[in-house]
Order: sequence, then C-alpha cells, then structure tokens
Amino acid sequence: MLMYVGRKLVSGLVLFITVTFVTFVLVFSNGEKSVRNNLGELATDEQVARRVAQLNLDQPVLVQYVKWLGDLLTGTLGKSFNSGEEVVTLLGSRITVTLSIIFLALLFTSLLSVSIGVLSAVKGGWIDRSLQFIAGSAVALPSFLVAIALMFLFAIALPVFPATGYMPFSVSPDGWAASLVLPVSALVIHMVASSAQQFRGAMVDTLKQDYIRTLRSRGLSERAVVLRHALRNAAAPGLTILSVQTIGLVGGAVVIEQVFALSGVGQFTITASLAGDLPSVMGVVVFGTLLVLVVNIVADVLNAWINPKVRLS
Amino acid sequence: MSDAVSHQVTPQSDAPVAGRALWRRVLSNPVGFVTVLLLILALGFGLAAPWLAPFDPNLLRLEVTNDGPFQGDFLLGGDNTGRDILSRLMFATRSTIMACLVVLVVSSVLGGTTGLIAGYFGGRLDDLADWVSNVFLALPGIVLLIVLYTVIGPNIMVAMAVYGVLLAPSYFRLVRSSVKSIRNELYVDAARVAGLTDGRIVARHILRAVRGPIIVHSSFVVASGIGIQSALEFLGLGDPSKPSLGGMLQDAFANIYLNRVAVVWPVLLIGVSTLCLVLLGNVIRDALQSSANRPTTLAPSVVRRLRAAAVSGSEAPAAAVKGDRPSLLRVRDLAVAYPDSTTTAKAVVHGVDLTVERGEIHGLVGESGSGKSQVALSILGILPPEAVILRGAIEFQGEDLLAAPKRVRAVRGRRIGYVPQEPLSNLDPAFTIGQQLTYGLRAVKDVSRRDAREQLLELLDSVGIRDCARVFDLYPHQVSGGMAQRVLIAGALAGDPELIIADEPTTALDVTVQADVLDLLRNLQQERELGMVIVTHNLGVVADICDKVSVMQSGRIVECGNADDLFTSPEHEYTQMLLSSTLDGAEMRKPLTVGSEA
Repeated sequence: MLMYVGRKLVSGLVLFITVTFVTFVLVFSNGEKSVRNNLGELATDEQVARRVAQLNLDQPVLVQYVKWLGDLLTGTLGKSFNSGEEVVTLLGSRITVTLSIIFLALLFTSLLSVSIGVLSAVKGGWIDRSLQFIAGSAVALPSFLVAIALMFLFAIALPVFPATGYMPFSVSPDGWAASLVLPVSALVIHMVASSAQQFRGAMVDTLKQDYIRTLRSRGLSERAVVLRHALRNAAAPGLTILSVQTIGLVGGAVVIEQVFALSGVGQFTITASLAGDLPSVMGVVVFGTLLVLVVNIVADVLNAWINPKVRLS
Repeated sequence: MSDAVSHQVTPQSDAPVAGRALWRRVLSNPVGFVTVLLLILALGFGLAAPWLAPFDPNLLRLEVTNDGPFQGDFLLGGDNTGRDILSRLMFATRSTIMACLVVLVVSSVLGGTTGLIAGYFGGRLDDLADWVSNVFLALPGIVLLIVLYTVIGPNIMVAMAVYGVLLAPSYFRLVRSSVKSIRNELYVDAARVAGLTDGRIVARHILRAVRGPIIVHSSFVVASGIGIQSALEFLGLGDPSKPSLGGMLQDAFANIYLNRVAVVWPVLLIGVSTLCLVLLGNVIRDALQSSANRPTTLAPSVVRRLRAAAVSGSEAPAAAVKGDRPSLLRVRDLAVAYPDSTTTAKAVVHGVDLTVERGEIHGLVGESGSGKSQVALSILGILPPEAVILRGAIEFQGEDLLAAPKRVRAVRGRRIGYVPQEPLSNLDPAFTIGQQLTYGLRAVKDVSRRDAREQLLELLDSVGIRDCARVFDLYPHQVSGGMAQRVLIAGALAGDPELIIADEPTTALDVTVQADVLDLLRNLQQERELGMVIVTHNLGVVADICDKVSVMQSGRIVECGNADDLFTSPEHEYTQMLLSSTLDGAEMRKPLTVGSEA
C-alpha cells in the first residue's frame, strides 16, 4: 500500500516537472516580446532591453527554469511583472474563491452522478432512457453557455440570486452560498451530464457480474445488493471518472469566474495572460497542475482503500 | 478536453456497418435527420457569408446601435457599436467552421498516425507515446490555452491548432486500442502470411475497422472545438478585429442590460450546433453497433403481448400430486425467451418439465447453449433482467414461485440454495469471504453478528476448509478456485435450504479438485437429505452422483429417466449420441474416477 502511494507520488512529481517545464519553455521562449507587451507600445527599445536584463530574461530558458524551480522549493513563485507583488500572495488572495467553486462543484457532481447513475442503471426503462437523453444533450452545452442562461433566468429575469460578485464565507455564510449557487450549478449541470452517464455504465457493468447474481440467490435484499455490493464495486471506475472530470472542472471554473465576475484564480489567469505577466501565468500553471495531481492522488488512494487487491499488495 | 475523451466508442472487431448503409440508417432516425439538416444549414449559413451577408461585418451605423431585431435594414438588429448582427453572425460562423477544421485535421492526423504506429508496432515506442498522451490528458486544456496566449497572442487559428494537439491523445487512444485488438486477429495474420506489406494491411484492414469510431469521435471533437473556441473568444482572447461567436457573445453579455436579445443569437448558434453534433455522434454510434449485441429490456406491454401469444407446447398433466405431499420441485412447461429486437423475443427454452423429489439428485445434461442454465436460473428467479418467462410454472412444494415475485424472494437463500459455475467471479471482490457470507446468512436468519460467525466457521469446516478462521478473513483474490467453490457451497447451505441448484459446479475447477467437490456435494446431500439439481455438460458427473437425469437439447428435454437406465439403454438418439461421443465407446468407468475426466 505504501509502495503504491509512493509510486503514485513519484509519477505525480514527474508529471508536475514535465508540465511546468514544457509550459515554462513555451511561455518564456520570447521574453522580449512579453516585456514589450507588458510595458506597452510606447516603451523604447532601450527601456525594453533594460527590463529584459533586470528580469534575467536574456539568460537561456533552461537556466531560468532551474532557477524558477529552485525558487519554487523555497516557496516563492517570483514577482508579478505587473504589480511587482509576490505571485504567491496574489494567488493566495484569490484561491479561496476558486477552491470554493471547485470543491462544491465536485461534491455535488459526485452526489448527483452517483444517485442518477444508480437510479438509471437499476430502474432501466423510460427513466433510464430519458435521463440518458437529457444527459446526452446537457453534456453538449459548454458550461459558460449554461452559466449565461442561468444568469439570464435566475439573476436578470427572476432576480433570485446575485448576478455577479463573491461574498467571503467569513463575512456572510448566506451571502457566500447565494453568490456561488449559479456558478456552481452551471459547472455541475455540465459535469453531471457526463459523469452520470459514465457512472451508469459502471453500475450496469457491475450489476451484470456473476457475484451479484450469486448474492441475490442467497436471499439478500435488492437494496443490499445494489447499495452495498454493486455500489462498492462500481466505486473504482467512479473515482476514475471523477478524477478525469476534475481536469475539465479546473478549466470550467476559469471561464465561469469570468461570467459571474468572481475574482478568483480564473480572472487572475486571464488578466495575467493578456498583460504578458509571465511569473503570474506560471503561478497559475503550478496551481492548476497541483490541483489536478492532488485530486488524482486522493482518487488513487481512495481506490486502493476500496480495492483489496491493491490495498493488500 | 476531458469531455471529448469520455465519449469514446469502443472499436468493434466485427465488421461494422459501412458506407451508405450507415448513412441511410442515420438519416432514417428522426434525431439523425434533424441534426444533419440543422448542421448543413449552419454550414451553409457560415460558408456563404462573403456572398450572402447583407452588410460588411465591420460597418458601423451609430443610429442603429442596440436596435432590436426586425426594426430596420439590419434584420437581427444592431450590436453595441451599431454593426449588423446578422452579417457578423454569418462571418463568425464561417470562422468557427475554419477553426473546427483546424482542430479536426491537427488532432486526427497527429493522434491517428501516432496511434497507428504505436498500436501496430508496439514496444518502447508504444510505451513512450502512451506516456506522452497521458501527460496531455492530465492537463486542463483551456487553462493551458489561456496561458499560451502570452506566446500565441490574439490568433485564434493558432490557438485552435494547439488545442488540436492537446486533443490528439483522444484519437491516439482510440486508434491505438483498435489497432491493438485487430493486429492479433486471424485475418490480419492471414494477410501477413499472404505476403501483404504492413502498409497495405494497415490501409486495408485496420483503417476500415476504425473508420466508424473515428467518425463518431470526430463529431464530439468538433463540438468541443466550438465550445473551446467560443470560450476563448468570450474571455477576450480572440482577435477583436474579426467577428466571432464568442466575441459577439462577450459584447452582448457586457451589454446585457441594454439589449438582451443580442445575447440570444450567438448562444443559439453555439448551443444548437454543439448539441446537434453530440446528438448526431450518438445516433451514428448507435447505428454502428448492431442491435444484436445490445440486449434491451422489453417494454412491459411487449412482454404482456408475448406472454399472451405463448401457447403451451407440452402435454404434461397439470398438478399431479404424488401421495398427499407435493414434489419438492416441479417445473411445468417452462419457456424462456430473450429479446432479439425491441418488439420480438426468441425462445431459448421451449416448455420444459422437471420434477425433483426430496433427497434426490437430478442431473440436467446437455451441450452448451441447450438452455439448461436458463432453467436453473429460472428456478431461483435470477435470470438476467432482459429475459422473459413466456409461460409455465415453477412449483416449490406445491407453491408456484412464478405467480408472485415475492414468493421467489422468500425462498431464495432460505429454502433453495445456488452453487454457481465460476468460483472466483462469483465472490464479491470487495468484501472478505467472512463478510459476504455473513451478509448472506443474516439476510435469511435472525442471528447476531457473533453467532453468524460461529455458524459460518462451523459450516466452512463442514465443507472441508481447514484453517477456517484464517480463510474467513481472506479476500476472494487470495484463495484458490477449489477453495472458492467450497466457500460458495457453504454460502448456498448457509440458510439450511431443502433444495440446491448447482450450475456446472465442477466445470471451472482443476481435474483433481473436481472429484473432491463432487464428493462433498454428495456427502452434504446425504447428510441433509437435500434435493439437488446439477446442471452439467459432463456425463461423468451424472454417472458419478445423479439419481435421475434429464437430457436437454435446443431448449427441450428429450429424455428423462433414472441415471442407470439412461446409461445402459438410452432411448433418444440425441442421448445415444451424447453417450457415444463422451465415452468414446469405452466401457463405463467406476464412479469417482469418472468425475476427473473432461
């Protein structure tokens, strides 16, 4: 088990270094252009050159990456080209918004996908067919489109929820919840559509297994067969589905924040990219990759915990 | 990115529906027809923009700023700077079509060729390509695209090409797995032996087989391309000088309190086209999969009709009672069918009669596919959900189990036990042996957890498991097949049943273990005076332990009698054939050793 977790951690680390290296090389490949972009069109060549030298952008990319990685180990991501503030501080002040959205969306997606998947797989018939059709259609719609539609309906036409803005939990829990209902719903609708279908598939496959039939033959109630045995065995593919979904969720959250004007990591990413603020951009890459890795490792560990074959190996 | 991947279709090795037949099938589906029509309209709407757009998309007319639709020259009104919404929509659609082409070409060519090479040649190359594709799939695509804006700048076509690269792994996986499964097919070997070059084999056999899944996948890829492109433009990362759906949406959205209707047009175009693509993809996927390998549960009305139409095919006397006590089990005129289309079903068991008395072992013999397992599963009410019992009765001690689903649930595990065929696949891998036996026992008997453990340890001991306490806490993957079969027998006995249904209880076991398990079954049967139905294709098993035998052929019982009589003087020619083919003319061997042949 420890070996297993260790292996997952090492492969996660390799993935982290690969991703940050590739993006770093791409992003820093043309430091001069970014500086020019950042300083504006009026900057003279001399100003640009001075700034490039000041930021060490004239060094080989590989050297810059090693230095960046070293800094990362000491807990700093460098200073923003824009404001000169530490990127870690800038990210830190925005992270709660994004994590709130992602965590809530993940929670509701899991709950809904499992319930819908189980219902669909067990009941079959028209319930199954209509759920599948609705899911098949909902998955087609990009989540920002759903977000716009939700805002249109529930913030503008029927002003039930605030259209924009974020309320910190510490200020007002009610306000916090109200400000997150629409953004989280938009993400959940899109994600549930896809993961409920997949979880239904996992349940259907599990319910076809021989041991399910044998358990039934022993007089177990249908409830115990489905909720204890089938659900437990479908959990492993379910976790894989969810960890793949998380990757999409990180991207979805970025766009959704823009729709609802929530000042989280997503908005920060867009501002940084538009301004050519390279250290901030790399900070976002670190955040996104780490988030995906953490969710994947948690899913792997849960998977091992559920699956005795892995746990006992 | 994950969405496009999650829709993947598993490639099928059997000959897919091809070419024209496929399109006919797609278009005859109403959803398929409507989506194709709408997509063609959208294509025309965009491609014809340079000729049919009424105005220059960048023409400014300040007087119509934020005008609603149908008010002046501008059919759909003006946007927030007074430009013609209709013309801009047409040009934006055109650019979306181009962007989708870019994504499609880049991702399919890159992913397809690497998938072909990796899948066909395998080895290190394959491992490397697979690793790279996994890295790509672990990236949040849109975040990366936003980040790369610092390098790419406001050039949506380049961004879409990068997105194509990010999506390439989805094609890679699809093609690689199909190629891997086909590479080892006999006909590909035959082609290689026949001297065809790798290139010809790939072109002729492999590309044909992956064509269908690729078409389906492409429709999802294009849909996600439209989504990503409009999202990027909506975020302001597109080229502001050119009309785009996402850009128009961004403008209209910023202006939502002044001109609500303007939001509707781009939303409709993006939403309807992605919706159509995904629905069309599903329709094509359904059309590719022949209905035969998708068992669909029939609608209740169809089941009622089929049952009403089923006429008895047996002349067995109704409810003959032996003495005052009814038989332990009497199956009368049982017919079971499976759906072969949405409205019809094919019978696999045609009116079977079977009687089992207390303390009697009844062998149900026949080759695979003769319907013997179907009879066994019917008695327990554990047929697959799509199976339909057309007619007949299953009387357990005189009570018809088929009359109410409640009855069969009441006897299952309590009065009828089931010993399955494959020992390892019949134990739930997620629970220890002790846990799953306890759940079973406590479902049928009101005992405490501790008492259940006591009883089960005793039971495990009686089925010949040494070291019961240790086995109790093992997981199924930690025990051997023979041990697992003993556990399953213990599971069947836990509720003290009067009847055991054993479906090929020795087939999956090692030859040496087979005899032990048969011994065990016979001893338990004698100790507890059980009735038993043993389903088997092995006449050795029958000779070994059965009192009575029924021979099944194509869903019918062709001969039934005492085991001794049947072996010495078989009446039906099928039975004669079975006997001669199995024993190969040799003299009948003595019991016990016979069980070990097969």
